[in-house]
Amino acid sequence: MIALKKIAYAAAAFLACGLMLTGCHGSKEKSAFELPEQFDESKKIEIVFWAKNDTNKAQTDIYKKAADDFSKIYPNVTVNIRFYTDYGKIYNDVITNISTGTTPNVCITYPDHIATYLTGTNQVLALGDLIDDKRYGLGGSEVKFDAPTRDEVVTKYLDECRIGGALYAVPYMRSTEALYVNKTYVEKLGYELPDEITWDFIWEVADAATEKDESGNYKVSGQNVMIPFIYKSTDNMMIQMLRQKGAEYTTDYGKVLLFNDDTKGILLDIAEHVKKGSFSTFKISSYPANFLNAGQCIFAIDSTAGATWMGPQAPLSDICADDIESDIEVVVRKIPQMDPSDPKMISQGPSICIFNKDDPQEVLASWLFTQYLLSNDTQIAYAETEGYVPVTLKAQQSEEYKDYLARRGEDNDKYYYIKIDATKMLLDNIDKTFITPVFNGSASVRDAAGQLIENTTKSVRRSQTVDDEYVKKLYDDIEALYRLDQLGASIDPSNASKADLGPLPSGAKALIISLGAVWTLILLYLLYVEIKKRRTKKK
Amino acid sequence: MKKRIASAVLASAMAFCLAGCTGTAPAADKVQEAVNDVVESTVEEVKDQVEDVAETVSDVADEVAEEVADTTDDGVMTYQEYAEAALESEVTIVTYVQAHQSWWDGKLTVYTQDQDGGYFLYELPVTEEDAEKFVPGTKIKVTGYKSEWSGEIEITDATYEFVDDGDTFIAEPKDITDKLGTDDLINYMNQKVAFNGFTVVARPSGNAFDYKYDNSGSHDENSDLYFDVQDSMGNVYTFTVESYLCGNDSDVYAAVEGLNVGDVIDCEGFLYWYEGANPHITGLGVKTN
Repeated sequence: MIALKKIAYAAAAFLACGLMLTGCHGSKEKSAFELPEQFDESKKIEIVFWAKNDTNKAQTDIYKKAADDFSKIYPNVTVNIRFYTDYGKIYNDVITNISTGTTPNVCITYPDHIATYLTGTNQVLALGDLIDDKRYGLGGSEVKFDAPTRDEVVTKYLDECRIGGALYAVPYMRSTEALYVNKTYVEKLGYELPDEITWDFIWEVADAATEKDESGNYKVSGQNVMIPFIYKSTDNMMIQMLRQKGAEYTTDYGKVLLFNDDTKGILLDIAEHVKKGSFSTFKISSYPANFLNAGQCIFAIDSTAGATWMGPQAPLSDICADDIESDIEVVVRKIPQMDPSDPKMISQGPSICIFNKDDPQEVLASWLFTQYLLSNDTQIAYAETEGYVPVTLKAQQSEEYKDYLARRGEDNDKYYYIKIDATKMLLDNIDKTFITPVFNGSASVRDAAGQLIENTTKSVRRSQTVDDEYVKKLYDDIEALYRLDQLGASIDPSNASKADLGPLPSGAKALIISLGAVWTLILLYLLYVEIKKRRTKKK
Repeated sequence: MKKRIASAVLASAMAFCLAGCTGTAPAADKVQEAVNDVVESTVEEVKDQVEDVAETVSDVADEVAEEVADTTDDGVMTYQEYAEAALESEVTIVTYVQAHQSWWDGKLTVYTQDQDGGYFLYELPVTEEDAEKFVPGTKIKVTGYKSEWSGEIEITDATYEFVDDGDTFIAEPKDITDKLGTDDLINYMNQKVAFNGFTVVARPSGNAFDYKYDNSGSHDENSDLYFDVQDSMGNVYTFTVESYLCGNDSDVYAAVEGLNVGDVIDCEGFLYWYEGANPHITGLGVKTN
C-alpha cells in the first residue's frame, strides 16, 4: 500500500512538472507536419486558398478553373478561394488570423511577409523535405497530374523563397520592373533612344521635356500637363539604385544600413529633378500609365505585370478614349542603369505558402493543390494575362508558351506587343535579377526606402529646403516611423558580440524561473526518496 | 464717418460766413456770384478730399480688421481662399465631417464640407479612439497640404483638432443632375450631391453592375461596386459604391446589387474625382423598373 502511495506521489510530481513545462509553450505553437503514408482520397477535405490578382478578371477565372480542375482530379477536395487585389491586405488578414488560428490553407504572398508569419512556431509549412519526397514531392510518383519536378522549377526563383536557409514557399509568378518609353517624344526632343538606358540619359531627357512655349504649354507635347518621368514603386526605385551603385541596404540578418551617404546622394539628386518638374511618383500624382497614354509622360516605370495598361493601344485603361494620345509610339526597355554593362533589376512576384493544420491530410491536400498551381495549365494561362513569366522551365520551354511569345502583336489583347516585349525582356535577363534579404521586418525596411523618396519629392514640391540637414532629419523621422532601430542588431552574427540585448523579456524570465523551480522540486523529491531509503535500511 | 460729418459742418459754416459778407449793390452781386462759385467749388473739393480720406481710413480699417481676424483664427481660410490656393501649398480650414471611409492602420479618409464647398481629407492620421468621434456634423480644424491625385483635389499630410463650440453642419445633397457633362461640374467636387432620373445601362461586361470595375471581385470580398447610368441626353457615366465608405452590409450596397438594366434611379453621394467625375454613391432609390 505504501509502495503504491509512493508511486502515486511520484507520478503526480512528474505530471505536475510535465504540465508546468508544457505550459511554458505559447498557445500559437503547432506540431510539426508529418507526411501521411497515403493521401486519403475517401476523406472529404475543404481547403481555403487566399489568392491575389491584379484586378484582372482573366486572372480570377484562371484561379477558379485551377480549383475546379483540381477537384476533378481529387474529387474529395474542395478549394474555396478568396480573392485579394492587394498583398498588404492579405498580410494584415493573415496576421489577424494567426492569432485566432484561422489562417487559410494556401496563400499567395511575398517572402517578406512570410518572415513575419514565422513568428508563430510551425505556422508556415517548411517545404524542404516535402518537395523532395519521391511519392508526394514535386512531380512525385503519387501525384495524379503532370506536376513539374524540382529540377523543372527555376532554381533562382525557388531560392528566393528561402528564409534563413529553409524553404517556406514556392514561387508562383515572377515579374520585374520595366521602363515604358514614349519614343515619339524622346525623338521629338532630339534624342535617339538607346537600347540600354542610363540614369544620366533619363534625367537629361526628362529635364529637356520641361521646356514650355510662350503660352505656357510644354513644347514637346503642346499640352499644359507634363510629368516627364513617373515611378510607380519608389521602394523598388531606391532598392535598385542602391544595388546598382553597390551601396548598402541591409545585411542578410536584418541590420538596417539604408540610412547612408549613397542614399543621401540619390535623394539630393532626385530633389534637383523634382525642382525642375521632371519627376514625380504614383503616390503623389497618379498611375504612370494614365499620364503616359495621355502623352503627358515620357518615361514610366512600372511592373512588367502592369504592361497591359501601357501604351495608347493598351487593352486596359482608366482614362477617357478622348484623352488618349493615339499618335505616340511606346516601347519597352530595361529600367535605367548606373552601369549598362552590368545591369541589375529587381525580381518580384507572388509566391505560395502553406499554413500548417492539425489534420495532416488537409495539409497534404494543400500541398497537392499548390503543385497544381505550378502545372503548365495554370502557369502558362496566368503568365499570359500580364507581363509575368512562368516559374517553371517546364512551362517556359513548352511549345504552347513559345507559340504565345512568337505571336507578339497579333492583336491588342492576348498578344499585345508591350506585354510580350516586357515578358521577353525579363526572360532574357533572369540572371540579372536580384532580391533583397528577407527577415522579420524586411517589409518595413522596404517601405522606409520608398518613403524616403516620397517625402523628398513632396518636400521639394512644397518649396521646402532639401539639403544635408533635411536628409539627416528625414532619416531620423523614417527610422522612428518604421521602428527600424528595433530591428536586426540582436540577430546579426556580425554584430552579436557588440549587441546590447537589453533586459530579458518577462516571458523569458518566467520560463527560466519555472524551469528552475521544476528542477528544484525534482531534486528535492529524489533527495527525499534517498533519505527515506537510507532511514529504512538503518532500521 | 465722424471725420466726414465734421468736414461737412466746416464747409457749411464757411459758406454761411462768406454769404453773410455780401452787400446789395450790383457790383456786390457779381462779387457775391463769384464768391458763391468759389465757395461751391471749394466745398466740392473739400468734400471730395474728405471722402478720399474717409475711404482710405475705411480701407485701412478693413485691412487691420482682416489682419486681426487672421491672427485670431490662426490663418483659417474660407472655401474661396482654399479653392484659389496653389497646389502643394499649406492650407488651414474649418470644416464639418459628412462621412468617412473605414479606419485602417491609424488613418481615416474623410469627406467634409462647409456651407461653401467640399474637402476630401486623404488618410488623416487618426487614432482608432478618435475615429469614433468623426460623426457627421462634427466641426474640425484641419491643416495640411492641398494636393491633386488623378484630378481629385484633396488635403494630404494633414493634422486636425476638434472644434468643440457646439456648432455643427450636415450638408443637404445638391441636385446637380443638369451639371453632369458640363464644365461647371468640377466646382461641386467633394460635395454631397444628388442625381435624379438616370437610367441604368449595361456595363461592358453586360451586367447592370460589377464588383470592381472589371467584375473581378465579389460581394464576400467587400469589393467596390461599379454601375453605369445614362442621362436624358444619352451620356453615360460610371458611378461607384466605394466599399470602404459603404460596405457590403450597407443599404446602398444591397440596392446596387439589386439593380437591373433599364431601372430609373435617383441617387446621392459625394462627388469624388478620378480622371473625371467618379461619384461615390451613398444612397440610391429605384423609381421605375
